[in-house]
Amino acid sequence: MNVTRGFTGRARVDNPGLPPGQYDAGDDWPVLSAEVTPDLSPADWTFRIDGLVREPRTWGWDEAHTLPESAYEGDIHCVTSWSKFGVRFGGVSLDAFLDAVGVHASATHAVAYAHTGYTTNLPLADLTGGRAWIAWEYDGKPLAAEHGGPARLLVPHLYFWKSAKWIAGLSLLDHDEPGFWEQNGYHERGNPWEEQRYSGD
Amino acid sequence: MTETTASPVFVPPTRFAVPGRIAVSNRTAAVWQTATLTEIRRETPHAATFRFAVPAWAGHLPGQHLMLRLTAGDGYTAQRHYSLASAPDDEGHVELTLDHVEGGEVSGWFHTRARPGDRVEVRGPLSGFFAWPGDRPALLIGAGSGVVPLMSMVRHRRARALDVPLRLLVSARGPEELIYAREYGAETTPVFTRRGPAGAPVGRLGAAHLRPVFEELPAGGWEAYVCGSNAFAEHASRLLVAAGQPVDRIRIERFG
Repeated sequence: MNVTRGFTGRARVDNPGLPPGQYDAGDDWPVLSAEVTPDLSPADWTFRIDGLVREPRTWGWDEAHTLPESAYEGDIHCVTSWSKFGVRFGGVSLDAFLDAVGVHASATHAVAYAHTGYTTNLPLADLTGGRAWIAWEYDGKPLAAEHGGPARLLVPHLYFWKSAKWIAGLSLLDHDEPGFWEQNGYHERGNPWEEQRYSGD
Repeated sequence: MTETTASPVFVPPTRFAVPGRIAVSNRTAAVWQTATLTEIRRETPHAATFRFAVPAWAGHLPGQHLMLRLTAGDGYTAQRHYSLASAPDDEGHVELTLDHVEGGEVSGWFHTRARPGDRVEVRGPLSGFFAWPGDRPALLIGAGSGVVPLMSMVRHRRARALDVPLRLLVSARGPEELIYAREYGAETTPVFTRRGPAGAPVGRLGAAHLRPVFEELPAGGWEAYVCGSNAFAEHASRLLVAAGQPVDRIRIERFG
């Protein structure tokens, strides 16, 4: 252990919800997108699932809203070290979308892509079983554009760069294919509890 | 350079900025190294530059960042991402310029306790997205300590005597809060938002600041780099789009 002379750090909190190396950002919700926030209205938003599925399909805003509502209440964790507790997102479970297209048994991974062209890769197992959403509400209000509105992917058990803003679709693959940050050295999975920040962690 | 698109079907209505243009070594990203503080220089009342010796530093490109870790006696650690301020050199030195963030446990240690000889840990350099190898004409727009990664680019261009066009628009509340004030040359236009020097205009970065930069558009156009708070980044990127800058050639780094 390389102790830093004179460093004590902030008061220790006994917070079992805080992954290693993270701090509680409190009321802050930093915005870290690397691209220009797109001017995307709900009427122009679409969400598609293609690749290794029986029937590729594209949903518009109203169609997507006919699927059963589902909410996430819990925590989110950013690779830059902040975590945010007790957030509330509303939308639809990704399971509902995946059920509608029929996932091939050969599918193991997905690339999520945004209306800006941003991409991120995920194991399919991280997107199923009630652990991922298409979210369009935050705290009961429409999701703000700078936070990914009209709708973003939400995979809260992984670092938040996996939760692609302005989500446009998923391509299901039988292999892993690095997305935008993953090509820039970030970890292929990004599990905050194992501190998988960078490739090799 | 290759650009990859995830889906063979989907063509985004607005193209994202091109992927990072440099290969990132996973080895350097994964390894924590000891960095020894060698010098502290005050820049403004709220910001200071910290120079470190990192003997095994693999080198970096202007615009890249590192992760820095402090460890307390009980094993508690705090880590933050910081942009590199220094131009790449071959001597294993890096510089960071840190604001003293109110209540910040890491910046607070640097501004109140740190002294030459102290050792911290770093890993990096990280991320190629915001890097500028000095190849394309660069339009740099920063506010506050958002100028830090941009200054690495200015210094790199000077150190290598590159003739590629570069412009820096840097926003600060007032002259005494302008980081690196003594180092700027003809490439830089300071924008003072609250208090200016006698006779100088005061106000927010606006279309009028961008107009002359786009009147002298270099061959191939500008590669734009924006760094600052989210509010500033949103404002500056909208001004750029309105001035005609292609959306896929705007790279943004936001505080957080």
